Amino acid sequence: MELENLRHGTELIKRGFARMQKGGVIMDVTNPEQARIAEEAGAVAVMALQAVPADIRKAGGVARMADPEIVAQIIDTVTIPVMAKARIGHFVEAEILESLGADMVDESEVLTPADEMYHIDKTGFTVPFVCGARDLGEALRRINEGAAMIRTKGEAGTGDVREAVRHMKKIMGEVRELAGKDKEELIKVARDIEAPIELVLESADLQRLPVVNFAAGGVATPADAALMMRLGADGVFVGSGIFKAENPEMMAKAVVEAVNNYDNPEKLAEISRGIGSGMKGMSADTILPEEALQTRGW
Amino acid sequence: MRIGIIAIQGDVSEHVDAVERALCERGIEGEVLEIRHEGIVPRCDAVILPGGESTTLGRLIEREGIAGEIQNAAKNGIPVLGTCAGLILVATRGDEQVHKTHQHLLGLMDVKVNRNAFGRQRESFEVDLDLPFLDSPYTAIFIRAPAIMDAGPEVDVLSTINGRIVAARQNNVLALAFHPELTPDLRLHHYFLDMISVT
Repeated sequence: MELENLRHGTELIKRGFARMQKGGVIMDVTNPEQARIAEEAGAVAVMALQAVPADIRKAGGVARMADPEIVAQIIDTVTIPVMAKARIGHFVEAEILESLGADMVDESEVLTPADEMYHIDKTGFTVPFVCGARDLGEALRRINEGAAMIRTKGEAGTGDVREAVRHMKKIMGEVRELAGKDKEELIKVARDIEAPIELVLESADLQRLPVVNFAAGGVATPADAALMMRLGADGVFVGSGIFKAENPEMMAKAVVEAVNNYDNPEKLAEISRGIGSGMKGMSADTILPEEALQTRGW
Repeated sequence: MRIGIIAIQGDVSEHVDAVERALCERGIEGEVLEIRHEGIVPRCDAVILPGGESTTLGRLIEREGIAGEIQNAAKNGIPVLGTCAGLILVATRGDEQVHKTHQHLLGLMDVKVNRNAFGRQRESFEVDLDLPFLDSPYTAIFIRAPAIMDAGPEVDVLSTINGRIVAARQNNVLALAFHPELTPDLRLHHYFLDMISVT
């Protein structure tokens, strides 16, 4: 077997990687110690970033890709996949993360966008990408640019799950509405939601997004994680919810178990007991429109 | 015929679809059960351990009490298929990474595995693989794939890449380092179904 016969970075490989994360919890971490806690708790992957969204909100200023030194340390520390965030449109940050060996790049609205017009052309990369979306059109536009995974945007750093719920219901509902429409009607939908017709047809046929769809943004408790799974999420991202909780180790483990037992209320009650308080959080409707993270990207 | 798929984490629905399509092609009445809790494995005629994150899967099958049930079933001759992460879990021995993460192994196949034997995600690949029981190559998808570095005398090596074993069988246990559930080619699922009909 010649090594040059190996084909890298194909659509199947990128989307396949995202599929391996299904039913799992991906946790934000800012240093190797947190990464170890996440792995120990049963996270399927970690997301490396400079500061968790709650701290990004507090600190203000420009939020960028994490220090490559920290990303490299996290990669050396854990054996589960390491994802890392790049700014919207900042293809150089993405290239740097790819060269470090990050397993997936999150082109994330949580960081300050670098480009007001364009997202990264993700088809040129070997590494797969995850992007945020609030509705079907936005999700399909990102998939068309090469995203191998979609996550709801929610309102990151708030600990308030309502926006993640809104986005998940919107996407699931819009997919359901495609069923029973004929081709001309689907062409009209594609035009209205500014998405490529091929992807609209594919979603109508599959009755789901063509790639894996995770919940993110405001998930703070085991019950929140289970709620998102009940709404049809393939898995869950947890950011500030773990390391801003009273006891991160217990919270991390409980969230992982909640995702595996999302349809069993008795088990969820048991999992949620005595794990200490969740992150303090803030109601998403107290956020001024100019401070909302979910409106970044389009 | 009841085929159980460990459904804790990973690409479960892809395996469910592939098995259902393979059963349909054969015209066999079969049921596919998703296993997330204890008590279901003993009712199955075959068990599939899908791809996913082996650290997570290993930990949760232990926590949920499924691990011992799979070991018992395998001992009783029930066919077991492990793909990618599943290959790691069926092994008896692991590498340094396996020890580092206190990985729980089921010990069903006398092999030593290396996790991420080909590298990280950017090194993941597709390749056309020759398998002795197929008349043409199989497009195999390797994602952060493991490989078998060392196999005991009872293990049949089915395929290798640069000296690393990527498909092997020991009696009723079949281990694949790649993902037959990610392509429409059902030949490996048919091969596994053949293992059930024999027992």
